[in-house]
Amino acid sequence: MRAAGGFVLFGLALGAIPFLGLPAFYETFLYLLLHAVVLATSWNILSGYSGYFSFGHGAFFGTGVYVTAALVAQYDWHFLATLPLAAGAAAALGLALGAVVFRVRALRGELFALLTLAITFVLATIMLNKVDGGPGIQVMTDIPRLAPTASGALYLLMLAIALLALWSARAVFYSRFGTGLFAIHDDEDVAEVMGVPTYRFKLAAFCLSCALAGLAGGIHAVFVSYVTVAETFSIALAVNVVLMSALGGTRHWLGPAIGAIVITALLYGFTAGEAPVLGRALVGVILIAVIVLMPEGILGKLLTPSPRKRRARTNSGTEPELRSGNERAPSPNSEPMLVARGVSKSFKGVQALVEASFEVRRGEILGLVGPNGSGKSTFINVVSGHYLADGGSLLFEGEELLGRPAHRIARAGIARTYQVPRPFAHLSVLDNVALPPMFGRVTMDRASAEAEAWRWLEFTGLAGKAHARPAELNLHQRKFLELARALASRPKLLFLDEVLSGLTPTEMDEAIRLVRAIREQGATIVFVEHVMRAVMELTDRVVVLTYGRPIAAGLPRDVMRDPQVIDAYLGGRMREEGSIYA
Amino acid sequence: MPSATLIGQSVLSGVFIGALYGLLGLGLSLSWGMLRQVNLAHFALAFLGGYLTFQLAGRLDPFVTLAVTVPLFFLAGMALHWFLSRYAADMLNTLLVTFGLTTIIESAIQRIWTADFQRMESAYGAMRWKVGAFYIPFPEAATLLIAMALCGAMWALLRFTDFGRAARAMTEDPAMAAAFGVNEKRLGYVISGLAAAFAAVAGMCLALTHTLAPVQIYAWMGVVFAGVMIGGLGSAIGPLAAGILIGVSEALTMALTAPTWAPLVSFTLLIAIILLRPARF
Repeated sequence: MRAAGGFVLFGLALGAIPFLGLPAFYETFLYLLLHAVVLATSWNILSGYSGYFSFGHGAFFGTGVYVTAALVAQYDWHFLATLPLAAGAAAALGLALGAVVFRVRALRGELFALLTLAITFVLATIMLNKVDGGPGIQVMTDIPRLAPTASGALYLLMLAIALLALWSARAVFYSRFGTGLFAIHDDEDVAEVMGVPTYRFKLAAFCLSCALAGLAGGIHAVFVSYVTVAETFSIALAVNVVLMSALGGTRHWLGPAIGAIVITALLYGFTAGEAPVLGRALVGVILIAVIVLMPEGILGKLLTPSPRKRRARTNSGTEPELRSGNERAPSPNSEPMLVARGVSKSFKGVQALVEASFEVRRGEILGLVGPNGSGKSTFINVVSGHYLADGGSLLFEGEELLGRPAHRIARAGIARTYQVPRPFAHLSVLDNVALPPMFGRVTMDRASAEAEAWRWLEFTGLAGKAHARPAELNLHQRKFLELARALASRPKLLFLDEVLSGLTPTEMDEAIRLVRAIREQGATIVFVEHVMRAVMELTDRVVVLTYGRPIAAGLPRDVMRDPQVIDAYLGGRMREEGSIYA
Repeated sequence: MPSATLIGQSVLSGVFIGALYGLLGLGLSLSWGMLRQVNLAHFALAFLGGYLTFQLAGRLDPFVTLAVTVPLFFLAGMALHWFLSRYAADMLNTLLVTFGLTTIIESAIQRIWTADFQRMESAYGAMRWKVGAFYIPFPEAATLLIAMALCGAMWALLRFTDFGRAARAMTEDPAMAAAFGVNEKRLGYVISGLAAAFAAVAGMCLALTHTLAPVQIYAWMGVVFAGVMIGGLGSAIGPLAAGILIGVSEALTMALTAPTWAPLVSFTLLIAIILLRPARF
C-alpha cells in the first residue's frame, strides 16, 4: 500500500497550500495546472491506453460545464449536488457515442478520432439552441467554505478530482482491465481472440474517461463563473490534451500529468506575456516535434529499460508438471470435441469454405492439410471467431460457437497461434504470455498470470528473453512466443497454424518435441501444416481440404495414398508415380 | 410550412454549399484513400488559399489568382507528403502531425490577417441571375461548376489513364503495386500535390462565397469529413455527391426548423450510415 500512502501524503501536501496565505494568484495557477492534469489523465485512460485517440474531450468536459451551469443558474441546485450529474451526463454521452463507433471494425482509430471531433460541434450546436440561448450563462453559487478563499476552495475540489483521476488511471494501469486496453492498442483482433472483451473494455474506459472530464467541467463552470459555448466547446482544449499526453507519455499513468504541467506552464507564460498567437503556433510545433522525435513521450523515454539492466529471473520456476496419463486420451475412437457441420464462408464471391463438415476428437492431434488457399486458415479464423461464418454449425463440447464473440470462444477453452506471428508489439515477452491466462478459461489475477507465463516461457525456452520486446526476437523465437501465448491460456483445444514454416530442421525438431509435450498434457490439437514429415510424425488423423471442402479423412498413411488427395496436391498426372509421402 | 419557392431556393443553396463540401472533400478523399494520410491541414491550406486570393484580389481577378496559388500549393502538397511519408509512420500520426500543422497555419493567418472576419470585394460578388422564381448567385454557381469539373476530371483520370490505373493499384496494395513497377513514391507526390492544388481552388471558392476568419477552419472539418466518409475514401465523385446530399439536407433543415440546427445534419447522416452499413468502414 505504498502507493496509497504516497497519494495521501501528496494530497495533504498540496491541500495545505490554500491555508498558507499565499497570494490568490498561486491558487488560481495551481488550479489551472490540476485542471489540465485531470483532463489529460482522464483522456489517457481511453486514448493513451487503448490507442483510440479522442479529439472530443472538450465535448465531454463541456457537457459537465453546461450541466452544472444550467442546473445552478436555471434550477437553483446546489453546485456540489450537480457534480454527479455532470459526470453522469458526460459518461452517458460517451457510452452512446462509443456504442455506435466501437462497432466499426475497419478504420476504427481514424473514424473514432473524427467522430469525436465532430461531436464537439454537434454538442455546441445543441447547447447553443437548447440550454444557452446565445449570450452565455452566469453561474452564481455558494462555494463551500473548504478554505479561507473561494478560489482556494475550488482549488481543493479540483485537487480531490485530480487525485481521483490519477488514482483511477493508476488502478486501471496495473489491472487486468488495463492489460486488456494495452493489448487492444497493439492488436485488437488478437486481443479479442485471446479472450479480451474488447468492446466492453473500450466502452468502460471511455465512460470512465468521460465521467472524470465531466466532473472537472462541473467545477470549472463555477471557477469561470460565466460560461459561453464558444469558450467551452473549443477545439483547442482537445488539441492541448492530446499534446500534453503525447508529450508526457501515453503508455504510463503518470505521463499525461507531467505533460499537462509542462504545457500549462508554457502556455501560461505565453498568454501572460504578449504573444498568445505565438503560443498557439508553438503548441503546434511541439506537437509535431513530439510525434516525430519522441513518440513515446518524456516518461516513455525515461522508463524504457536499457537492455543491459534487464536480467532474466535467476531462480527458474518449476517445469510445467506433465499431467498424469489418465487425463490423456488419444484413442482414435474417442468422442467428438468439435463438430463442424456445413460451415461456409465466402469473400466477395470466393468460396473459402464450402459446407465443410468434419470433427475433431478429444485428445487427438488432427492434421488439417491441403494446398494453399484450400480454406485451412479460414477455418481457424471462423472457429476462433475472427470471421463470421455465412452458415452451418460448429459445436464445441455440445455448444454452438458460430455467432459468439471471439473472446467468449477463447473463454470456452479454444486457443490458436498465428501463421505470421502477431505479438503485442509494445508489451514485453512476459506480458505477452501473461495476457491469455488473465482472460482465458480460468481468469487469473496479474500475479498468478505472470507465474503461469514464466512456466510457459521456460517450457518454450524463452525465459531468457522475458523482458525483451517482441521485435528483438528472431523468427523462431517469435513462433515459440506464439506457442507459449496459446498454451498459457490452458486451452482444451489448440489450433496450430503452420508453426513450423520457416524454421530450420533443428528448430523444427524442437518444435515437434514441444507439440508432443503439449498433447501429453491433455490438450487436443489441430495441426495445420505443409511440412509432411511433421504431419506424418505427429498426427493421429488427417483431414484434407481442397477448395474449401474436406475431401478425405482418416489415418495419415491411408489418406496420403488416397488418389483424390494426390490429385489435389500434385495434379492427376502424378497418381501413377505413387503417394506424395512415399 | 414555408412556401414552395422558399423550399426550392433552399435546395438550390444546399446544392451550392454541397459543391464546396465536395470540392474540399476531393483532396481529403484522395490523400486519405490513396496515401493513407488523414490530412487535417487540408482545411487550413484551403483557408490559406482563400486568404491569398483575398490578398491578391486587389490587383488580380480572383480566378487569375489560381495561376499563382495552384502551382504554389502543388509544391506545398509535395513537401507535406515528403514530411509525412518520412516522419509520420501510421495514419493516426498523420492526423496528429497535420493537426499541429493546422494550428501553426491558423496562428500565421491570425498574425497576418487578424482574427476578424474578412470579406473579399470583387465584381463577382453582386452578379446573380434570376431564373424563374429563383436567384442564382454567380460565385456559388461558379463553385458548383468548378467542383463538378474537377471531380469529373479526377474521376476520368483515375478511370481511364495509366496514371489512374497505377493509383488505383496503389490504393489496393502499395507493396504489390510497387512490385509490378508502379513508382509509388512519385505517384504519392503527385497525388499529394494534386490534393493541395485542389485545396487552393477550394480556397478561391471560399473567398468568393464566404467571409473568412481563422476560427472558421475548424467549422468545416466535421461536415466535410462526414461527406468524405459517406462518399467513399479514395473516390473522386463520392465526396461531391455526399456533399450535395448533406448540403441539401442542411438547407432543408434550416428552412423547416431553425438555422442553428444545421450542424447536426451531417453528423446524423454519418451515424445513420455507420449503423445501417457498418461493412462500408
